[in-house]
Amino acid sequence: MGLNATYLGMPLDVNELDVENIEYFRHCAAHAFHLQQCAACGLVRYPPTTACPWCAELSSRWVPVEGRGSVHSYTEVHHAIQPAFRGHTPYLILLVDLNMQKGKPTAEEALRVVGNLVTQDGVLALPDQVRRVGIGTRVRMVFTDVAPGLSLPQWTIDEAANAGVTAWRYPESGVGNQ
Amino acid sequence: MPLPSDIDTTSPKYLRDKYATVGVGETAYTRGSGRTTRALATQAVRNAISDAGLKPADIDGMLSYQSGDSTFSPFVAGDLGIRLNFYMDVFGGGSSTEALIGMAMGLIEAGMCRTVAIFRAMNGFSQVRIGGTGVRAAQPVSGDMLHSRAYGWQSAGQMFSPTFMRHMHDYGTRPEQVAAVRTAHSEHASNNPKAYYKNRVTVADVLASRIICKPLHLLDCCVETDNGNAIIVTSAERARNCRHPLVLIRGVVGRCNKPRLDMHYQHGPISTVAGRYAREILWANSGVGPQDIDVTGSYDAFTFTTMLQLEDYGFCKKGEGGDYVSDGTIRLGGRRPNNTSGGHLCEGYTHGINMVIENVRQLRHDADDSCPTGPDGKRRHTYDYREGGCRQVRNVEVTANLGWAMPGTGSAMVMRRG
Repeated sequence: MGLNATYLGMPLDVNELDVENIEYFRHCAAHAFHLQQCAACGLVRYPPTTACPWCAELSSRWVPVEGRGSVHSYTEVHHAIQPAFRGHTPYLILLVDLNMQKGKPTAEEALRVVGNLVTQDGVLALPDQVRRVGIGTRVRMVFTDVAPGLSLPQWTIDEAANAGVTAWRYPESGVGNQ
Repeated sequence: MPLPSDIDTTSPKYLRDKYATVGVGETAYTRGSGRTTRALATQAVRNAISDAGLKPADIDGMLSYQSGDSTFSPFVAGDLGIRLNFYMDVFGGGSSTEALIGMAMGLIEAGMCRTVAIFRAMNGFSQVRIGGTGVRAAQPVSGDMLHSRAYGWQSAGQMFSPTFMRHMHDYGTRPEQVAAVRTAHSEHASNNPKAYYKNRVTVADVLASRIICKPLHLLDCCVETDNGNAIIVTSAERARNCRHPLVLIRGVVGRCNKPRLDMHYQHGPISTVAGRYAREILWANSGVGPQDIDVTGSYDAFTFTTMLQLEDYGFCKKGEGGDYVSDGTIRLGGRRPNNTSGGHLCEGYTHGINMVIENVRQLRHDADDSCPTGPDGKRRHTYDYREGGCRQVRNVEVTANLGWAMPGTGSAMVMRRG
């Protein structure tokens, strides 16, 4: 059976034919991040796919993945396009390099997992937190519960892991680089 | 029977200069065309046929691209009384123009048709807004979009910004450097009577405009407009009987990609774009290199896209794109002007086809600016690039168009004066 719910007024629809996403979100609903691991080459992949992007193998198994990593890049949205996000600007969209499998199978690859910056409780972060995050910031995964059976993986600042880390942020003045 | 040993049938070099862009046409760039996309397409194709000095009956192939927001070839052909031997309407936006020109060459080469009209018609402001607002923003989120739109990651600017941001991080590219793209294109548009935005803006204006999504200010983003545009492609042999000086196609690369196109950010470096791969085909097929190009048409959905592509196609060293676009090179009067019509930032938004049309006119030495016309009906270009003046580049011989769909996908084409 598919999953249907409304998040911030936006309809989400995980179709029952979309078996990879059904399985992905089933684990998310239990607040346990899982990804597919290829049965042939052993590499883990994101987002869910039908076949292995490295060896085209169809078989895979879902394995638990530690939701920790660092921000590879981001954008900070001030003018929301979707009505769902208009009341939440500025919000951050983060591309996070998971610690696991970073730099594999080639140096330029990583499991880059998308998410918003949220509070520890999974609520979209307010400006004081948004201003603290940039490229290099250490983050950990939390979940936003949308409805029974449907949760979205998200990112929150990993306070303990950020000691000594200086994040790169877009220059606030608009001129010059920080 | 075996082929003669001196013919290498796998080499594209035998298509160099065999095909030509003989006709170009468009409708006015507006916000509120008051017409259907069918009407826009029909008028643009009709204008392009007329520009070529051809009749509708000379067209027997038609190609178009769209995103569920436009009319289809059969209606345009029907409107103009054209019986087609081939047509295809493909799904796609930016980077489609060059790719379809390459397909037109292949169709004619294969003997499937003789002369092809390519069009893109869109009410990109008044009906289906390209920025993703309106109808598109309210659609249910499913499939692959569960990993993007569910996070408020939907519009082109939002989707591309991690690339732009990472380039700033990796190479120290500064906001005021890319803002110079808008400044240059606005100067060009001020000499283009067709342009939607004809006012010149400064780097300070760009930086003072509000942030849409970092690192994009409002003026780093292109305009949304309603318009139809068309180009006619035929063999060089037939082109010699057409109305304008020959504009020959040297080489094309179409919809060339980075790895992992399902989500290209999985593979890096993410500050590198598809041009890094496309250039290996473009320059080899064309038999020229960046140093031979007089005018570029690097897609400017955003200031950053122009910069990234010029860099990855090799017009400057990797990481030096910020300097290249801000040192005067890309301005009219500079060493290699870019988007002399004003491009998407200022002339109007067409998913790339107007930038190809502009280069065709540049190669004819007949940019449609405000310069006076002589008794032969041709413009007498002044090469005075002050506001409201000339936008023809002196002695243009070779141009490059660099089309962009997104960081992971690009198309490109080199044309030359025959």
